[in-house]
Amino acid sequence: MTALASVLGPLLMGTVFGFLLQRGKVTSCNVIENQFRLRDFTVLKVMGTAIVVGGVGVLLLVDTGNTKYYVKDANMLAVALGAALFGIGMVVYGYCPGTALGAIATGSVHAAVGALGMIAGAILYALSFDWLKAHILNVWALGKLRLPDLTGVPDAVWFAALAILAGAFFLWVESTEAKQRRN
Amino acid sequence: MTMMTDVIVRDTKKSGWINWSPYLVGAGIGVLSWVAFAAFGDPLGVTTAYSRVASLFAIPVMGTDAVAANSYWKSMPLKWDYGVWFLVGIPLGAFLSAILSGTWRLELVPEVWKERFGPSVLKRFIAAFLGGIVIMYGARLAGGCTSGHGISGGLQLAVSSWLFLVVMFATGLLVSRIMFRKS
Repeated sequence: MTALASVLGPLLMGTVFGFLLQRGKVTSCNVIENQFRLRDFTVLKVMGTAIVVGGVGVLLLVDTGNTKYYVKDANMLAVALGAALFGIGMVVYGYCPGTALGAIATGSVHAAVGALGMIAGAILYALSFDWLKAHILNVWALGKLRLPDLTGVPDAVWFAALAILAGAFFLWVESTEAKQRRN
Repeated sequence: MTMMTDVIVRDTKKSGWINWSPYLVGAGIGVLSWVAFAAFGDPLGVTTAYSRVASLFAIPVMGTDAVAANSYWKSMPLKWDYGVWFLVGIPLGAFLSAILSGTWRLELVPEVWKERFGPSVLKRFIAAFLGGIVIMYGARLAGGCTSGHGISGGLQLAVSSWLFLVVMFATGLLVSRIMFRKS
């Protein structure tokens, strides 16, 4: 890849991603907070559809030899602790890191203040990295494990189940929302 | 009656252009993931690149030598790679989308926050800053965020990412209940 393409390629990918996030309303703090309050299911609709559509495509791409998996290490203790902190931070901040960057560009000043907090968080992480590596990161470390490997249930079955579950859940959400709109 | 229908149809059309269906947006992100995997070999993600960039901001705080000697940034030095350019694209795309749809507006305190905690800008800024610290620390500890773990890892059926999704949402629901409880 030429030098120019290696800049413009990811820049364009990020631009499309940011555009989609804004059009999907997930760069709105209200939408994210109301997801956790179970009053607005936009976040789950976006993520659920992205996982199923993206997953089926990537599965086919892997099967046809056009890409490989890039799975993150299952350091179970670190992931569980990190995810818990992430959940707390997301509700207090009102954004996740990607949607925050989008929100800043759409005029959200408090998202920009939080982005400074995120820089502080990254610095704190770097400062505590040695301790974490010695005490947390290697606890219950399962490596680059995927659910099909862990369970023996093949990929296709996982995606079929996910698609059916997500479809049924979204149908129920849509009918509930339609009822609320009528009342 | 006809006039009212006309207005409704017109409004629906307009809001359909501004707020795309979350399923359409999710599918778009899914397709974007195919490209990220097949063309770039680099799944969508935000916080890895974010912490690379944070090392720049750490230099005035910690000093150049301390940053250079830090074992975390040694493993993750600042380089203008795919992830960082992707990061730059996100606000570009969100800005473009907000301008084209006329939804760009300055936001100091979001509606949901105002309803619960009042209009104080300082209070909101402090919360956003603290939330930002916690979410980024959590993201680095877990090894990813809503994009890198949630979507990219979720669609690969990674064990680490599904653990992240479950714990993150469960914690978020709990914290949201506490934060927005009726006093």
